[in-house]
Amino acid sequence: MQLIFDGKRIDGRSLDELREVKMWAGILNKADGSGYIEWGKNKVIAAVYGPREVIPRHETDPYKAVVRARYLMAPFSSLEEHGRQGPNRRSIEISKVVREVFENVIIAESYPKTAIDIFIEILEGHGSTRCVGINAASLALVAAGIPLRDIPVAISAGKIDGVIAVDMIKEEDNFGQSDMAMAVAPNSGDVLLLQMDGKLTREEVARAFDLIYGAAKEAYAKQVAALKALYAPQKEEIEEAEREGERPEETFGRSEPSPPAPAPSEAEGAGGFGYA
Amino acid sequence: MITDELRRDTVLGFLKEGKRLSGRAFDEYRPIVVEKDVITSAEGSARVRLGNTQALVGVKVDLSTPFRDKPDEGTLTVGASLLPLASPTFEPGPPDENAIELARVVDRGIRSAEAIDLKALKIDEERVWGIFADIYALDHDGNLIDASALATVAALDNLKMPKYVDEQVVRETAMTLPLREKPVTFTFAKIGDSILFDPDYAEEVAMEARFTVAVGDEYVYAMQKAGRGSFTRKEITDLIDAAFAKRKELLRYL
Repeated sequence: MQLIFDGKRIDGRSLDELREVKMWAGILNKADGSGYIEWGKNKVIAAVYGPREVIPRHETDPYKAVVRARYLMAPFSSLEEHGRQGPNRRSIEISKVVREVFENVIIAESYPKTAIDIFIEILEGHGSTRCVGINAASLALVAAGIPLRDIPVAISAGKIDGVIAVDMIKEEDNFGQSDMAMAVAPNSGDVLLLQMDGKLTREEVARAFDLIYGAAKEAYAKQVAALKALYAPQKEEIEEAEREGERPEETFGRSEPSPPAPAPSEAEGAGGFGYA
Repeated sequence: MITDELRRDTVLGFLKEGKRLSGRAFDEYRPIVVEKDVITSAEGSARVRLGNTQALVGVKVDLSTPFRDKPDEGTLTVGASLLPLASPTFEPGPPDENAIELARVVDRGIRSAEAIDLKALKIDEERVWGIFADIYALDHDGNLIDASALATVAALDNLKMPKYVDEQVVRETAMTLPLREKPVTFTFAKIGDSILFDPDYAEEVAMEARFTVAVGDEYVYAMQKAGRGSFTRKEITDLIDAAFAKRKELLRYL
């Protein structure tokens, strides 16, 4: 299947272009923190519970929080066949490498003898779901107030029709010559996740890394915007109180704590599942 | 295991002085022994010793149906068992995330390299040969990935191919299937600021991050970073170069 026509990909993007991305944080009520991302046709939701009691008890670590992660694809998430419910070998491997991303950035020593549980559900999948999942889980962790060294960002790249491109859709993953997923800590540039299959020369690997780091900046900005939107109402309330010379105890004792108002980081909401 | 954790400090102490507990150089592999055709009931098999680590791979070729999206190709399936007899830390039960990761990483290198001509495995419109490689970890003294990958490639090379005749599988044939490409897999451990080739068990317990890369002469076929630690971009690039540089050395065993 040909994937590039006149320098454009089958969805119209150029080689270094990300798909359209919308992010929301704090969209679930029960979870301690949550994130939802629409990334191209992907719809991914993530939630964090924790720090909380460790069940089963024998998994408790007396020195730090135990970080656990679960990545799962919904049975209806694929355009093709109905998937099985529950984990398969692929999702178990992904859960492991995703957990290792967050084990790196979570300051687990702050909460010994607890668990921090990360849940990533792919509601609709269209390529690079583990990357979108990591980006959503990052939102959820910050929204949960878990102290982090950095906010992980994950981007994919690959080789299609012999050239390197960023942010692979499903068709490019299936019919291309190589696929790579990478998660980085934006401030240090450290690699927290790296998986690759296919055939790449060393030069192609370097080109893929270049594209990924460039796109990571863009995605990180969207994560920050979604988180700022989450806290915008409270920020507004605090600033107003400061202007009127109220003391903090007056501000915070004054009204019912309002639930964070979900707001998209992009102005246009396109409908569909989103929280616009 | 508590004693393994205590040994972590010893490993780190040695590393600060530029030494490994075993006396090996940072870029040195342990002695390697590869024995082929060790299991006669299998269509292919190999046992690899990497220092004290031992991995056995048995390959069966069976009648199978193709995947829906690849109707003209045979199938390759790689499984792994971290047998309880291999380590006091392995418990009986279905494959856990480590066994699953091991199988999938080994599979990735071989599949990406297109080492097996899957199209040559087609029998007729409904039937194909399925190749089933199973990794049996027998003794875990670190770096089961490289030992298993080496054993899998060795076991897959020159499989004794059965024939499908009169709706029967006939196994006693003289046909073999040579591999088209031989990927070699290299695993590196990061401990503190040091990066070690071919970590042994004590080093694996101490390590913060692990990087595995499968290479051919020209191409990178698979990469997998694991562990809660991290690598810089430069470290990854340098390790890929190191893998290419060391490929010939390990290729001798295949």
